[in-house]
Amino acid sequence: MAGLEIRNVRKSFGATPILHGVSIDIQDGEFVILVGPSGCGKSTLLRMIAGLENITAGEIRIGSRVVNAVPPKERDIAMVFQNYALYPHMTVKDNMAFSLKLRKAAKEEIESRVGRAAGILGLEKLLDRYPRQLSGGQRQRVAMGRAIVRDPQVFLFDEPLSNLDAKLRVAMRAEIKELHQRLRTTTVYVTHDQIEAMTMADKIVVMHDGVVEQVGAPLELYDRPDNIFVAGFIGSPSMNFLKGKVAGGTFRTDSGLTLPLPTRGARPADGMPAVYGLRPEHVRLAEGGVPVEVAVVEPTGSETMVLVRPPGGGAKDIANEVARDIACVFRDRIGAGPGERISITADPALVHLFDAENGRRLN
Amino acid sequence: MADIALARPAAAAPTTGSAWSRLRTSRGWLGFWFMLPAAAILLLFLAYPLAKGVWLSLTDTRIGRGGSFVGIENYEWLWDDNVFWLSVFNTLVYTGFASVAKFGIGLYLALLLNKRLPFKALIRSIVLIPFVVPTVLSALAFWWIFDSQFSIISWSLRHLGLLDHNIDFLGDPTMARICVTFANIWRGVPFIAITLLAGLQTVSPSLYEAATIDGATPWQNFRHITLPLLTPIIAVVMTFSVLFTFTDFQLIWAMTRGGPVNTTHLMATLSYQRGILSGNLGEGAAIATAMVPFLIFAIGISWFGLQNRKWQTG
Repeated sequence: MAGLEIRNVRKSFGATPILHGVSIDIQDGEFVILVGPSGCGKSTLLRMIAGLENITAGEIRIGSRVVNAVPPKERDIAMVFQNYALYPHMTVKDNMAFSLKLRKAAKEEIESRVGRAAGILGLEKLLDRYPRQLSGGQRQRVAMGRAIVRDPQVFLFDEPLSNLDAKLRVAMRAEIKELHQRLRTTTVYVTHDQIEAMTMADKIVVMHDGVVEQVGAPLELYDRPDNIFVAGFIGSPSMNFLKGKVAGGTFRTDSGLTLPLPTRGARPADGMPAVYGLRPEHVRLAEGGVPVEVAVVEPTGSETMVLVRPPGGGAKDIANEVARDIACVFRDRIGAGPGERISITADPALVHLFDAENGRRLN
Repeated sequence: MADIALARPAAAAPTTGSAWSRLRTSRGWLGFWFMLPAAAILLLFLAYPLAKGVWLSLTDTRIGRGGSFVGIENYEWLWDDNVFWLSVFNTLVYTGFASVAKFGIGLYLALLLNKRLPFKALIRSIVLIPFVVPTVLSALAFWWIFDSQFSIISWSLRHLGLLDHNIDFLGDPTMARICVTFANIWRGVPFIAITLLAGLQTVSPSLYEAATIDGATPWQNFRHITLPLLTPIIAVVMTFSVLFTFTDFQLIWAMTRGGPVNTTHLMATLSYQRGILSGNLGEGAAIATAMVPFLIFAIGISWFGLQNRKWQTG
């Protein structure tokens, strides 16, 4: 096993730059997830680690070796593809044994390695089947088996769960996490699903438009996002953003609401324009808080999501400047129905304040 | 549940009415009705002529004179006919060489066109040209190219000082065979190349990427991924190619008419010569019918040997 070091890596397709200097350190045995919206360059970066795309500038090291010019098969990595990329004309067993056969491994070794991987993944009964005879989850498992058999230094996963249905995705998520805890192989995993990232990763790398926005442990990103992008990307339902100004120890939104300033961090100067970040789950019901009108109530059983509309119109959506309702999530069941008035406030220990100009964190 | 169970027998109760109205509305017969127009066309234009041909081969019909049934006399006659056996030999050699060469070149072109190439669309259309030009036209062009006096090849070689006389392309038996085979290859390659290219494009690129990471060299990628995945299409396209080559007529007739001394006579051209030009319809039909076992054999090989793959759907 080995760590992975990505140093100032750039990538352009023709004249179009995709990655603008990305640096990430991955420790030996770590489970790192690259997450970001479509087109942020996360898959390209993964393919560069695999050796399927060449590196325009910068350096990638696996262990202590610079692999920029090393062909994929000599990088000692294994990759699980989004569409599984199982060889349709080979049985499950042959799919898993293919790399060993190419390496001219001894028959006994192939048998024992394939047997072991099949045992880990519960594929023993499927070894003689063809990929078309398998369900989505089984195919996914075979693709992982093919990676495990090679006992590589690094596992690469390219959105491996996005072709599965929601229920299976949750199950496979746990399975992959458990597999990692068992094998402790350095893993780089690409997804656009922030829940996947939060639940599985030791470390999350949030990417956006070809740059790394923030690197950190899942809860670190949730608790202290570096900027508006990360704040909005991590967490579901996503954070409410309210534009406004700091005014006399409170925050006044453009729509006229008064909210408490965060208690931690430096207190910004009076009159400074800023964006107030409030996670739906950090909204509290409070007597004498901000009076709002309930627009929609969405009970899920374990919690209740309520969309509320302040008297002066909604909060401005920072991205496209349209008025939006404020999302609130309450653990308790809310009696109020649409059209009724409730009074809310924010927990000052848990709110975020961002620079209105560059989106950086202020508190 | 109980309601549904109770309702079912009523819905499934036999529909009353005449047998005809039941045939008209039954689901089982619906497929038959849909198939009927196509079946009628096939029967009229394929099965009937074939049956008529087989029947003719069992008669002594000549042009202008209805014949009578003579049993297998025509075949007995052919069995002792050296020219017939020469045409069988020619057909097999022609089909064998041309098909192998067409497959090799076609596959090579398809692999090349499947790569990232500049002007790919243009190259692809150029590759198709031999297929688009009517066979008789290209045969005439080849006739001129291989002409004993005006051949551009001889002319060029003489002007380059490499030769001092014209090559007798279509007058020399071996040379003539090579020339017609070459023309057939030239004409047949695009069909194979484009069909195989379509097949190649259905192979997911991630399979090659997975194999590359698994340690496959480009040759191993071809051997273990491309070739097995392409086999079903190769089977279909080569079956067609072999059938078309085996029954080729136009190219030979326009270029050599079976000459010199019957060395390029194929079964199809011989059948035409004996049956239509010489008027012995019975004998011509017998030669044509004699092609059928060969064709069935070729289809059988492709069907049982290549087309049925366990890993495929269905």
